[in-house]
Amino acid sequence: MSTRIPAPDRTRALERRDHPALRVAALVALLVLWELLTRTGRIPALFLPSPLGVINAGVEMARSGELATHVATSLRRIALGFGLGALGGVSVGLVTGFWSVAEAVGNPLIAATFPIPKIALLPLLILWLGIGEASKVAVIMLGVFFPMAINTHTGVRTADPLLIRAAASFGAGRVSLVRKVLLPSALPMIFAGLKLGAGTALLLLVAAEMIAANAGIGFLILHAQNLMETTKLMVGIVLLSLLGVASHWLLVRLERAALPWKTP
Amino acid sequence: MRVVAERVSKTYADRLGQPVEALRDVSLAVDAEEFVALLGPSGCGKSTFLNIVAGLLRPSAGDVFLEGALRPAQSATAMVFQEFALLPWRTVQANVEFGLEELGVCARERVARARDYIALTGLAGFEAKYPHQLSGGMRQRVGIARALAVDPAVLLMDEPFSALDAQTRQLMQEELLLIWERTRKTILYVTHNIQEAVYLADRVVVLSRRPGRVLATVPVELDRPRVEALLGTPEFAAAVERIWSLIKGEARRALEEAQ
Repeated sequence: MSTRIPAPDRTRALERRDHPALRVAALVALLVLWELLTRTGRIPALFLPSPLGVINAGVEMARSGELATHVATSLRRIALGFGLGALGGVSVGLVTGFWSVAEAVGNPLIAATFPIPKIALLPLLILWLGIGEASKVAVIMLGVFFPMAINTHTGVRTADPLLIRAAASFGAGRVSLVRKVLLPSALPMIFAGLKLGAGTALLLLVAAEMIAANAGIGFLILHAQNLMETTKLMVGIVLLSLLGVASHWLLVRLERAALPWKTP
Repeated sequence: MRVVAERVSKTYADRLGQPVEALRDVSLAVDAEEFVALLGPSGCGKSTFLNIVAGLLRPSAGDVFLEGALRPAQSATAMVFQEFALLPWRTVQANVEFGLEELGVCARERVARARDYIALTGLAGFEAKYPHQLSGGMRQRVGIARALAVDPAVLLMDEPFSALDAQTRQLMQEELLLIWERTRKTILYVTHNIQEAVYLADRVVVLSRRPGRVLATVPVELDRPRVEALLGTPEFAAAVERIWSLIKGEARRALEEAQ
């Protein structure tokens, strides 16, 4: 006597659903809860200003031009430092990637200096370059340089040897190989490095501006704290968060445009 | 263009630094417009030999010569790889143009020549696609178009269809024969598949297991043009059987050695 049973359904273990509405709801709920909590008056505004208060302060600072000064100063520093660091890192990574002599010279140097927390170098950089813009840009540059150099190097070294042989079989010389095979091979790693470097750059920007500056978002935060202006302090933090999200978004868009073969 | 290999040997060091003898005294010639299959078990050094002809490896002893005159903007050799080896960041059109760029062909002629070979290999309409958007068979068509575009005097093919499923492989073999009838290239074709070697080649050079030596050279006396129907004929079966009897012992020993 045979029985009929349904084929086992094991899809539940494999399922993973997406909850787009919940993503937004969670964020909104947090803000509403925060707002309500501050409205009860149980938490002093000095400790935790309300979200609406922070927005109002932000609008106020934008009107007065205070915000623009700080943001522009910070953006200039980060753009210069990030740009120079990325350019230097990619160049060094490419050269150490395809030239064995440069690798032998460069890799031990990079391995020895990479672990130094870059902010520890700021006092030295101030001593060398002065208290002005140069030392701040330099510390950001250093912070971006290392992940870029290491990622680019890895990207070049892990290029598919089959593609290199194929290019060589068509008579490609060294210059052609670097330009047409190694650099494109390293691009995904370069973009991973850029995203990593963007986070480091933001961190170093704030640290440098807190140590020695009279403008910038880091300065704004520290100064507001000194004056017990917690609302302004929160404006600075929100700005940093927006800056982080914006730079990541920009890099993702740039990556899509530069790597059309990665998107189906 | 003729390919002449004279007593080519290759010994390389493996990862532990132990010498491995891949080829021993391989001498063979491929005549102009001839289709020669180099047949042997896996790891017999047949790909090593092809890489030496392509100039990607140096022989430890012996020489390879290419005899004949090259036209301007013609490459001596071009290779079609088992794993296609297309540049993933280049479209079909740009991949086919790659070899022409290295030959120094001007942009306008590059585009035109690439277009011709894209049409010849049945890729028309796919010019702007990236390799990852294509099936395996289509990718290898790009590999073949890229190699043919540089008008190579000798076309080297390294198990070009062994990564494809059986049906696609059969279709691609027929297409290759059609292309060969039209272009009349000198072809050196590496394979481990006896049926494939017999179906395609004028002559089958059988290599032994490592170190690779030439065991026999077997002419295939089947009429051309060859079509799929040939595969079911007694003549075809007999030709396959003759080669299989030659390498059966070798294959069995290779199998037992690996265990």
